[in-house]
Amino acid sequence: MQILTRLIPLLITGIAGLVMIVSAFIPYTSEWGKIAGQFFNILAAFAFVLGGGNLLKVHLKKISDQGAGWGYSGVVLVCFLVTLFVGLFKIGTYPNPSYPDVHFSGETQGTGSGFWWAYEYVFKPLTATMFSILAFYVASAAFRAFRAKNFEAILLLGTAFIILLGSVSAGVFLTDWIPNAGPFGDLRLENLRIYIMQVFNTAGTRAIMIGIALGIASTSLKIMLGIDRSFLGSGD
Amino acid sequence: MPRIELRNPLAWILGALFAAFACSTSAPASAPPQPPTELSARDKPWDGGGVIFLEWTASTTPLDQLQGYEVLARELGVTAAELADQTERAADAAAERETESLLEGEGIAPEDADQQARLEVRADPVAVPVEQPEWKSIAIVPAGQTDYEATGLEKDRSYEFAIRAIGADKSLSAPSASSPPVVPEAAWFNLSKLPLLVALVLISAAVLVFVVLARGGMVMKIRTIAGLKAVDEAVGRATEMGRSILYINGIQDMDDLQTVAGVTVLGRVAKTAAEYDAKIEVPTSRSLVMTASRETVHASYFSAGRPDAYNPDLIYYVTDEQFGFVAYVSGMMTREKPAACFYMGSFFAESLILAETGNSVGAIQIAGTANPSQLPFFVAACDYTLIGEEFFAASAYLSGQPDQLGSLKGQDVGKILAGLFILVGVVLATIQAISGSTGLEEAVRFLKDVILGS
Repeated sequence: MQILTRLIPLLITGIAGLVMIVSAFIPYTSEWGKIAGQFFNILAAFAFVLGGGNLLKVHLKKISDQGAGWGYSGVVLVCFLVTLFVGLFKIGTYPNPSYPDVHFSGETQGTGSGFWWAYEYVFKPLTATMFSILAFYVASAAFRAFRAKNFEAILLLGTAFIILLGSVSAGVFLTDWIPNAGPFGDLRLENLRIYIMQVFNTAGTRAIMIGIALGIASTSLKIMLGIDRSFLGSGD
Repeated sequence: MPRIELRNPLAWILGALFAAFACSTSAPASAPPQPPTELSARDKPWDGGGVIFLEWTASTTPLDQLQGYEVLARELGVTAAELADQTERAADAAAERETESLLEGEGIAPEDADQQARLEVRADPVAVPVEQPEWKSIAIVPAGQTDYEATGLEKDRSYEFAIRAIGADKSLSAPSASSPPVVPEAAWFNLSKLPLLVALVLISAAVLVFVVLARGGMVMKIRTIAGLKAVDEAVGRATEMGRSILYINGIQDMDDLQTVAGVTVLGRVAKTAAEYDAKIEVPTSRSLVMTASRETVHASYFSAGRPDAYNPDLIYYVTDEQFGFVAYVSGMMTREKPAACFYMGSFFAESLILAETGNSVGAIQIAGTANPSQLPFFVAACDYTLIGEEFFAASAYLSGQPDQLGSLKGQDVGKILAGLFILVGVVLATIQAISGSTGLEEAVRFLKDVILGS
């Protein structure tokens, strides 16, 4: 077994996993779990440099090759370097009131700083734009999913119909004539929607959650004990 | 109707007297309630710390004249440095609450929600305590109650408590004599988590027993999982069409088990791709995931006997930002039209954008995630979806190794246990509802609050 690439990573994984489990049950060791988590943050901080380097390499190569869409790579690099410059040199930040003469005492993300401006007026609108596309994709996915091609699809379509109608005022209006307090009050669309969400949907979600919890426990155990080493590049 | 005018001084005096009489009869001045007595405070034993149990003797004021009791707490011996630390923690807590509300309402990735929340908290800073904390109201309890469990206290700090009675007219009594200082200490073992520990030991033991049995030659039968059976089909299709395979490991880092599971499945898919001589491209949202994916794919190409075909440049970092990553991958899919798309890992709102874009370019798509809220989107837009546990079983299924398959059987024991608990709980709750038995009510409460609550 290779010591550096296999044995040491497996030992670190096993020990860190054990520490996390122990810290969950023994309050005296709860700080140990936090320290193990901090080690990951330190590693992730180093990885930022790795990621930045890789980003430069990939996009410089694309520009150099002048393949399809190389202009986008130029935009990526310019935005990356400008943001890095604005953040590192704290452009536009207000100094900390305790040290008014020291420019670098200001907060990088403080209100009014260049970095804050980029976040508020460039990043957030772009993110919102991408997020808003979801509405159209939901419509197209729903159109495909709700085609009544077999019995299960018909059930899905019917349920979705009740949920959608029960969520809007038109649905409430349609069954408004059924007295809410009477024996058939549960058949009003808004009540049916609540029933489906609270009973059928919750039951289904919990069944999936139980499976996921067991899967996580089993996978964690396999990784901690080194039974599954494929994430280290050694599956077989 | 004759108009009444109070021009005469006598009329003024009479009016004032009448008003005073009316006030004295309609709203008698009531005395504030008597404070409760004999307040005792003790640390809750066998817990994780931060909990104090309070008991007191009820106020002598009749119950029908009481609205409830107000529980007051004060932390003792707080230094200026600790006050600053408290402020920082309060800001962190406010940011966490904001993050949770963003995660609940929208499909934003946790890191993005956290960043947004911290910016909002910074814009609206938490009030900074400038002096020694005074008595703080921590709870209001009903009039009939004479005990309270104060939670959320700082471990190993000293606290004083006092109780005030609240009258029916909302008047407050004087505070009771304060309790002696008490420290909410952490025990060496958190007994409230014992049921969880028992479940963990049972499931782990079952997994290990079946791994040992499988190594000993016991045949493990695993049901066919359509999504995993289709991996060869998807890779073969990409090879035939001369197009690439796109593999996404989710948008979380290596500390998320779903990402680890995704990288594991990547190893199997990459090995098949190496055997078929298909091109596999892996854009990642985290640099650590990029490194792990490179190691895994390299090993897969090596074990497939094709180390020369491995190209590390096809596994690269894009951005940590959720929608920035989605924008890149969607654009890349539209331009390059991959023949097969795999989405294996932790996904949030981007799941549907990716899957619908893949669908629009005609790719065969296989997804797997353990985020229940994203499963409907993948089911609607992908050809095959690995639901929850199937996703974690994928590595074992694709490897076919006996000890890995044995671990799946161990999981089944966990499912049987969960099923039994559900059955017992349902039967007990039903009988209790019919019979109204208090003993059964206690048993159901134990199942719900202690077993499930741990």
